[in-house]
Amino acid sequence: MPIDIDIAHVARLARLDLSTADLETYRHQLGVILEHAARVQALDTAGVEPTAHPLGMTNTFRPDEVRPSLDRDEVLSQAPEARDGYFVVPPALDQG
Amino acid sequence: MSYADLTIAAAASELRAGTITATELLEAVFERASLTEAELHAYLTLDAARARTAAGQADVRFAAGTPLGPLDGIPIALKDNMCTRGVETTCASQILAGYHPPYDATVVSRLKAGGAVITGKTNLDEFAMGSSTENSAYGPTRNPWNPERVPGGSSGGSAAAVAVGSALAALGSDTGGSIRQPASLCGVVGVKPTYGLVSRYGLIAFGSSLDQIGPFTRTVEDAATVLGVIAGHDPLDATSWRGDYPDAGSMFETGVAGMRIGVIRQLDGEGYEPEVTAMSRAMLDRLTDAGAEIVEVSIPTCDVALSTYYLIAPAEASANLARFDGIRYGLRADGSTAEEMMARTRAEGFGPEVTRRILLGTYALSAGYYDAFYGQAQKVRTLVKQEFAAAYEKVDALVSPTSPTVAFELEAKTADPLSMYLSDVCNIPANLAGHPAMTVPLGLDSQGLPVGFQVMAPALGEATMFRVAAEVERQAGFVARPAMTGVES
Amino acid sequence: MTWSPPPGWEAVMGIEVHVELRTQSKMFCGCRVGFGEEPNIDICPTCLGLPGAMPVANVQAIEWISLIGLALNCTISEQSVFHRKNYFYADLPKNYQISQFDIPVCHDGWLDVDVDGETVRIGIERAHQEEDTGKSTHIGEGGRIHSATQTLLDFNRSGVPLVEIVSRPDIRTPVQAKAYAQQLRAVVAELGVSDARLEEGSIRFDANVSVRPSGETELGTKVEIKNMNSFRSLEHAVSFEILRQVDELEAGGTLVQETRHWDEEAGVTHGMRTKEGSSDYRYFTEPDLTPIVIDAEWRNRIAERLPELPATRRARYLDAGVDPQVAQVLAESIADLRAIYDESVALGSEPRVAAHWVTGEITGWTRREDAPARITGRQLAELTAMVADGTVSASAAKDVLDGVLKGEGDPRSVAESRDLLQMTDSGALEAAVDDVLAANADAVERYRNGEQKVVGFLVGQVMRATQGKADPRAVNELLASKLA
Repeated sequence: MPIDIDIAHVARLARLDLSTADLETYRHQLGVILEHAARVQALDTAGVEPTAHPLGMTNTFRPDEVRPSLDRDEVLSQAPEARDGYFVVPPALDQG
Repeated sequence: MSYADLTIAAAASELRAGTITATELLEAVFERASLTEAELHAYLTLDAARARTAAGQADVRFAAGTPLGPLDGIPIALKDNMCTRGVETTCASQILAGYHPPYDATVVSRLKAGGAVITGKTNLDEFAMGSSTENSAYGPTRNPWNPERVPGGSSGGSAAAVAVGSALAALGSDTGGSIRQPASLCGVVGVKPTYGLVSRYGLIAFGSSLDQIGPFTRTVEDAATVLGVIAGHDPLDATSWRGDYPDAGSMFETGVAGMRIGVIRQLDGEGYEPEVTAMSRAMLDRLTDAGAEIVEVSIPTCDVALSTYYLIAPAEASANLARFDGIRYGLRADGSTAEEMMARTRAEGFGPEVTRRILLGTYALSAGYYDAFYGQAQKVRTLVKQEFAAAYEKVDALVSPTSPTVAFELEAKTADPLSMYLSDVCNIPANLAGHPAMTVPLGLDSQGLPVGFQVMAPALGEATMFRVAAEVERQAGFVARPAMTGVES
Repeated sequence: MTWSPPPGWEAVMGIEVHVELRTQSKMFCGCRVGFGEEPNIDICPTCLGLPGAMPVANVQAIEWISLIGLALNCTISEQSVFHRKNYFYADLPKNYQISQFDIPVCHDGWLDVDVDGETVRIGIERAHQEEDTGKSTHIGEGGRIHSATQTLLDFNRSGVPLVEIVSRPDIRTPVQAKAYAQQLRAVVAELGVSDARLEEGSIRFDANVSVRPSGETELGTKVEIKNMNSFRSLEHAVSFEILRQVDELEAGGTLVQETRHWDEEAGVTHGMRTKEGSSDYRYFTEPDLTPIVIDAEWRNRIAERLPELPATRRARYLDAGVDPQVAQVLAESIADLRAIYDESVALGSEPRVAAHWVTGEITGWTRREDAPARITGRQLAELTAMVADGTVSASAAKDVLDGVLKGEGDPRSVAESRDLLQMTDSGALEAAVDDVLAANADAVERYRNGEQKVVGFLVGQVMRATQGKADPRAVNELLASKLA
């Protein structure tokens, strides 16, 4: 199956600001890997349930109990920019 | 002989006897590191000050006759994708340069509670993506047996450190062979436990449904000891096993007489180095001599496991690595908007292999392609599980070479991602199935490079797996040490 | 007053409701669900999206979403799963939201809504469990988003359990939209699972609006409206949007599927700037969480906790004879007030009368005083009995109530201490009537000349002379006989 990848769109979805040359390299490499994956697509999986969890466990919950939170100063010490208890970023305008 | 060459079992008994102290043991390990690190680069961070404090505290306990357990005072290294409070944790990525987590991973808490002395953080392929440790943003680790060669990966630093004795044990993580393959290439024991036995809380996620932490040690017995300390239910990990835990070391001395051991037909043939195949077959003969019945089994999906894995793991990784956005920790690039800043940070901070897999995973999940790629891969995963389940109806354990090749030269495969991925072809089925698998060294090939032998068992079948592994270890009798350790063998 | 779309057009609307659950701890971690006085104090590796952190689902939230589902007549999925919804935004710490996709906890229910005395059944497509985001504050010139120079991020709210309830496109008018939202809020508040306060954002409404020519069965282009923070603005926003869409189409234009913001001050909706392709959420099963299995036994245990809901309660009040308007108000009143009604009726109050007292004077007092109603059902029963048997007049009863609410004692003792008991001494009353007749000879004269309405003036004079303690009926009778 020939693989047609809109690599710029994929990079945008993944929030990766890549150069045109890099995009082209990745587009080619992804094509090779996905052609290899054609063997997976060729398998008959009609009626087969997907496996999302290897052990098939269910209902792992925690009780509604409060546990201690982290120390804010320790957390903010790792932030590239913080002020008055907030993380600070350039203006975030586009929702979604 | 240096104390750095002691097994955990031997060191623990000497510590209890008072013939050595934890501090002496640690200094011997650091001395070994100072001898080897310049060439090897197994460590990203050697945490000498904290380690010395921990060793001193262990010595107080030994003096008082109140050691905490089998790992008290034992120097252990951690792959640098496990969070250590206040100790830099980078995942070998620029994007996490200088990051000091505000919390300990559960395995770290368990090791500390058991008195282990954490020596530092070992090198890896960036975000555990790779099979050679060449994808580290901080430079590659070299193979202790031949520095022109790779140590395997992604946990190459942990494997190399244990091989040379700059730690008595190390933890790694195995998403698609990242413990077993480097252990094999470095000539040590490496274990990927059943998915869920060891908490992933605090392990920086790669492929969440595949990732599992496990030990590197020089002996099978030591591996069981470390596993015994790090395994256990963790309420902070919803995928942590809630039932009874297997006692890995319960059948070391039982031998394999009467066992049925399956050889996977698909994990042989083209692409397998002749010496690897020959040494594996020789071990099968020895196991037969030891009373096991060797049965050939067919698991056809092993042929597509690699491709299946390269759809599932990158998809999960694309989401797991979305959080590295320059806001709360790590690297930040300039940008006039938050979105621009994020996209630039990520492009600058991630190396090529990580970028490639994020793109691959994003594509495999995107609208119009989900069913063909990720959805189909999850179904094939079910087929893999079914075929393994059928095989385990007939046999107690499965075996194969751990890696089709011995350690390859640096840069031999970096230009061709697919050839690099093929290094893990024997390892990936166990990750897809969630089953335990481990590698035991068979010996050295004619080039003096280690060859490993993989033993697999059904989920929670660690006792069976270690029973076979212990026999393989006895039969192989591998005791050689890399020349760079200066140990005469 | 019912607003309708322009002639020849029909609006088709669905409403998405986000409800913050008031659990003690967050959805996937042990951080406190607080009120966030200080930024970034209720945070941990999980809700801050630190590398290596993992989620574990809060069982209370799972039970509460099931309770919501049962209250909305939904089917509870025997097995449902969490998904990752992938999108990048600064206040979303993991850059994916843990949510549910193809198998939500609750699906296929309905809510009956009363609009202008008519019951409309609105279908519920699904209710799913997810987590809230952090909060962004844009700072810079004028505080306007377009000229913001920086964004401040607070993650206290990140990971607070959120239930999203999605209606079917069964809503046709803005009034229905408002009524549905109000009714849903009342249900959620009744269940006690959320503060359900619009102004604090603990319940939030988005509307999907499309229009089509009347009689058409295909759906028109759907536009999502956000940022409505009162029921009134919901009604106004969808009214505006319907007109906007109809105008656009009638002018020969076309509509684009988009999200629009309601601007309360300007009274219009604005299109939002969104990036192309940003809505590819790449949902996939959350590998860090296990499936939720709710078997019949667990479901039944949850169902046992289902309280009487407003609609059921309203029907019960109506059956008891309460006026429809009053029944509606009482059904949506807080539990304390309803308990006063229930107790007083159990002790003999006429339901219609007791309901009027509770929704009128008593509710009014609690609002004025911003205090809980300090009256028991027994006291209300005593008061209504006193009115019924003429011990106090209806007007004096309000004073009695005031005394009770101020803690002056039981109704009878308040009536006594405030001297509000009706005059039962017929001699004294007769004397008072005689005094009034003597003092108002001209009025008596006018009455006798046929001006009958003057009697009302005379009654008033007697009531004033007796300081309201006379029984007006008795005064009427006495006057009638004396003037005859």
